[in-house]
Amino acid sequence: MKTSSFSKALGWIGLYGLWIVMTIITIVPIYWMVVVSARSRVELFDAPTLLIKSFYAPNYIKPLTDPVFQRYLVNSLIVATSNALLVTILALMATYALSRWKLQGSDNIFFWTITQRMAPPAAFVLPMFLLFTRVFKIGDWTMFDTQIGLILLYCVFNLPFAVWLMKGIMDGIPVELDEAAFVDGATRSTVLTRIIVPLVAPGLAITFILSWIFAWNEYLFAANLTSVNARTITTGLAAFVSVTGTNWGEMAAVATIAILPALIFLVFVQRYIVTGLTFGAVKE
Amino acid sequence: MRSNRMGWGLLSPTLVILAVVGFLPFIYVLYVSLFDWNPFSNQLGMLWAGVNNYRRLVFDGAFLDSLWRTGLFAFVSVALELALGFLLAQTLVKSFPGRTIFRTIYVLPLVMAPIAVGATWRLLTIPGFGPIPYYLDKWFGIDFRLGTFADQAFITVILMDVWHWTPFVTLTLLAGLTAMPKEPLEQAQVDGANRWQVFRYLTIPMMMPVLLTVLFIRLMDALRIVDEVYMLTNGGPGTATQFIGIHIYRVVVPKTDYGYGSAMSLLVLYFTIVLCWLLFIALAQVGKQRE
Repeated sequence: MKTSSFSKALGWIGLYGLWIVMTIITIVPIYWMVVVSARSRVELFDAPTLLIKSFYAPNYIKPLTDPVFQRYLVNSLIVATSNALLVTILALMATYALSRWKLQGSDNIFFWTITQRMAPPAAFVLPMFLLFTRVFKIGDWTMFDTQIGLILLYCVFNLPFAVWLMKGIMDGIPVELDEAAFVDGATRSTVLTRIIVPLVAPGLAITFILSWIFAWNEYLFAANLTSVNARTITTGLAAFVSVTGTNWGEMAAVATIAILPALIFLVFVQRYIVTGLTFGAVKE
Repeated sequence: MRSNRMGWGLLSPTLVILAVVGFLPFIYVLYVSLFDWNPFSNQLGMLWAGVNNYRRLVFDGAFLDSLWRTGLFAFVSVALELALGFLLAQTLVKSFPGRTIFRTIYVLPLVMAPIAVGATWRLLTIPGFGPIPYYLDKWFGIDFRLGTFADQAFITVILMDVWHWTPFVTLTLLAGLTAMPKEPLEQAQVDGANRWQVFRYLTIPMMMPVLLTVLFIRLMDALRIVDEVYMLTNGGPGTATQFIGIHIYRVVVPKTDYGYGSAMSLLVLYFTIVLCWLLFIALAQVGKQRE
């Protein structure tokens, strides 16, 4: 192909120009939030600048020392971690079963689980609220406003995706490995824990992290299915809006705390995020 | 067979959980939607209503308006995301110095909690200290107030969605472009096809399955949007950004009109499934044509 060096250079400038602009567009809103979180109320109403001149610590100290907010944070940690653990273990068992046995009707089962992931959550808020307050109860105890309720509920969204993700990985492990171990006298559980788990460990880690991020980020159900005890950090963040005379600096600090763990995790799962978000339909 | 039993045994916890928290609500909402039930009104218990709740929906202006708004929002934002995402994905196919860094920063919004995305954009647009209203006023003399002007609120919500989700579209299309066989493209260039022809007659058809998959996922997500919009505009001003999810969350749930709310939930679910199904058919058609 004939390309003059001039138009080639122009192409490079265009490419870098485009991506520098995209980077700025991506970063500035997030950076602005950090800037707001570092400013006092008075400083905020000066002309907006992107410079962080001083760090106004009370925006962070106040929520972090507030017992209510601490409980939100702990709840989020407990719910996200337990849900991710539960989902990972269940997905491991389920996909091992699906790839090693021919189970009649199992394809259909996982087809309708996708439709659940795709269903609008707003359509489920009301039935879940009614189930949690009126149906799932033992004596005076109801599932409403409990951590266990949220942990189980998030399985609806995380499990189908986890099963799809793990299924591909599990199918890639030859059955001969299992059989060789059986010949040596190993039991099913030894095969699963000693041979399969180490081989699929990276897949399990990705499943865990993506499930964790989803559970940590979820808002709508957490807001409607909890009231006091099991509130999570996202509902705490949303509560800033309804309060009159919002303390924007504090809200920005809470939002920064809320996105921090996911951003850290992103480093580990960046390569798999497409597979995760497209439900395994598109592999990267 | 004994071993088959073990397979089902390993699978059953997953199935039980999905049945209880996934399938049961379907059945329950169907049941409740056939009753007149408002526990905080004077009436006692649930009264049989048959299809009356569904009949009411057809004449509920607020509901129909919010459906239409949701459709418009989803259509515009997904179209923008696909166009922009496709363009950006093509620039990322070939390796260049710095590509990994650009990419890593670019996907940051994807893992942010939607509610935090809403908070971020709220901070950008607050009159008084947000940079967007400040500079729009200073440079262009535009009076930007999200809480007052409906059009501005609607456009800002679309822009927020584009900011949040274009990285996802880009990465997915990039995965598709990378997996595409190189020979037909090279052959076409040898045969003297120009760039536009290659794009129109080779890239687009070969990318069709991935494009449809992305369209499918994005459309479903855009139709369900709640968190970001709730945080940014709270559905306002008036009902300018009151999409169907927010309508249910802000209007129907607090009214405790459970039967009617259930009917609405089911109808929304039904629309979503029909749309899903249509897109699935389109996907299957494309799959057939390729074989």
